[in-house]
Amino acid sequence: MLDSWISPQDATALWLTLKLAAISTLVLLVLGTPLAWWLARTRWRGKLLIETVVALPLVLPPTVLGFYLLLLLGAQGPIQAMGGPAFAFTFTGLVIGSVFYSLPFVVQPLQNAFVSVGDATLEAAAALRAGPWDRFFTVVIPLSLRGFLTATTLGFAHTVGEFGVVLMIGGNIPGETQVVSIAIYDHVEAVDYASAHVLSALLLGLSFLMLFALYAINGRFRLTSA
Amino acid sequence: MSIDLHFDLKRPDFHLDVESRIPVRGVTALFGRSGCGKTTLLRCVAGLEPSARGRLVVDGETWQDARHFLPAHKRPVGYVFQEGRLFPHLSVQGNLEYGYRRIPAEQRVVQPDEVIDLLGLDALLARRPGELSGGQRQRVAMGRALLTSPRVLLMDEPLAALDAISKTEILPYLERLHDELSIPVLYVSHSIDEVMRLADHMLLLEDGRLRAEGPLRELTTRGDLPLARAEEAVALLEAEVLNHDDEDHVSILGINGARLTLLREDLPVGKQVRLSIHARDVSIALTPPQGISMLNCLPATVREIHEETRPGEVLLGLDVCGQSLLARISRRSLRSLGLTPGMQVHALIKAVALVE
Repeated sequence: MLDSWISPQDATALWLTLKLAAISTLVLLVLGTPLAWWLARTRWRGKLLIETVVALPLVLPPTVLGFYLLLLLGAQGPIQAMGGPAFAFTFTGLVIGSVFYSLPFVVQPLQNAFVSVGDATLEAAAALRAGPWDRFFTVVIPLSLRGFLTATTLGFAHTVGEFGVVLMIGGNIPGETQVVSIAIYDHVEAVDYASAHVLSALLLGLSFLMLFALYAINGRFRLTSA
Repeated sequence: MSIDLHFDLKRPDFHLDVESRIPVRGVTALFGRSGCGKTTLLRCVAGLEPSARGRLVVDGETWQDARHFLPAHKRPVGYVFQEGRLFPHLSVQGNLEYGYRRIPAEQRVVQPDEVIDLLGLDALLARRPGELSGGQRQRVAMGRALLTSPRVLLMDEPLAALDAISKTEILPYLERLHDELSIPVLYVSHSIDEVMRLADHMLLLEDGRLRAEGPLRELTTRGDLPLARAEEAVALLEAEVLNHDDEDHVSILGINGARLTLLREDLPVGKQVRLSIHARDVSIALTPPQGISMLNCLPATVREIHEETRPGEVLLGLDVCGQSLLARISRRSLRSLGLTPGMQVHALIKAVALVE
């Protein structure tokens, strides 16, 4: 039934978008958790610098981020010069770009959650014979579930909504780098408003549902823990 | 069991430097004013102050020295924090089991049933910490610490955050711990009442340094220490319940041969009890007085005379059947009675309170 609404190419773009968001979110959680933990615990003064860099994508035009990533990942870029592959205009390149682009949306909720766990509770766990890893998995993670939920949802939703960075480093290769936001742009350029409508409505609905679920669950957590 | 410790910890506005060998039996109080370093010392023992330099040897095992620092989670201590610090995401049962599950089975000396019974936790097991009163939370915190079968239980003012009602609710449990479990306790407190009720031994801290240590009875009556100088100075005596006289509604207690009469207390004959006698409730007579309503008159020896307490007053340290007693009398009485150290006198005791 969906076939009559959506072209095969748009369906591919939709699938690619969801795949990109899922993989990027996973990578972000794996990398963002230790980074957020370190930022939450360290007393090193240079921490401010790292926090600023992590927060940059919040204010930077995505095209600026995309431009520098293009220089970094593209042909004749430093990564290729060191013998690495050229990631620009590949799906892997998009994942790398998305990880930078959505980093603050994952790191900041996690960092806040970790800070609010507090030394006091961790000391209590240590006095009950829990080692550092044990404390992290049995105290920090359960007490930071809301932070993880927020980080996952925002990381995913923000990656779905990515446009500028993808355009700069991914271009518009159907099946490889063409995501929904680019497809919409193409349809509008081609004055195919009907297709643009379908994809836009899908993205609007998806984003609304994700955020609604996040707020609903967080609100319930708040009530039960109070 | 003994704890041999020497800690040196410098903070911007504070320097802890304590060296002591504590014979840990029963309850040892770490006593002193706020900011004297008693909590920090307790944290050092638990391994929660990694920047503290020094040495800690517990029962012949080195937990810390110049090259070696046993991390907190490897030290077999139980720690009861002032604010409980229960895990909010676990039920009472989950909190109790958290440490227990991390102890090898063959080292589990204390069993859950025993602790649940001792601390009256049966009805609370399914609850979350958020649903507990302050006193209940502290009982769970104690149970949780006990279930790690610690070699020593460290308690940091476990009653300080509680209101008066919760305190009276929890004190009997603490006394049961003392009486029924053989786990030695280091107990931080700034409340002399709590210390009097619970402790056997005391470390008196002042500005990060150890001012004095010894059996509680000795320290409370030592004239050179602030405890005996306080307005509320008391002496603690160990006594045995000898018999009860129901006609006059009194109990007779024995102190190494001498006898004390108290208003009837509901205590089994033969029980060892702790009595407190305020320095201001003790008067001195050279001969046993006749025709006087006071029931208690004990033979005593003047051990020491401290002149510099308050203008017009002196503090006498007395020896009564091998135990210490304090008497606060006027300077004029001291002169008119011609009291000197070594003199035999009679101590008239106006009021005796049962501590336990």
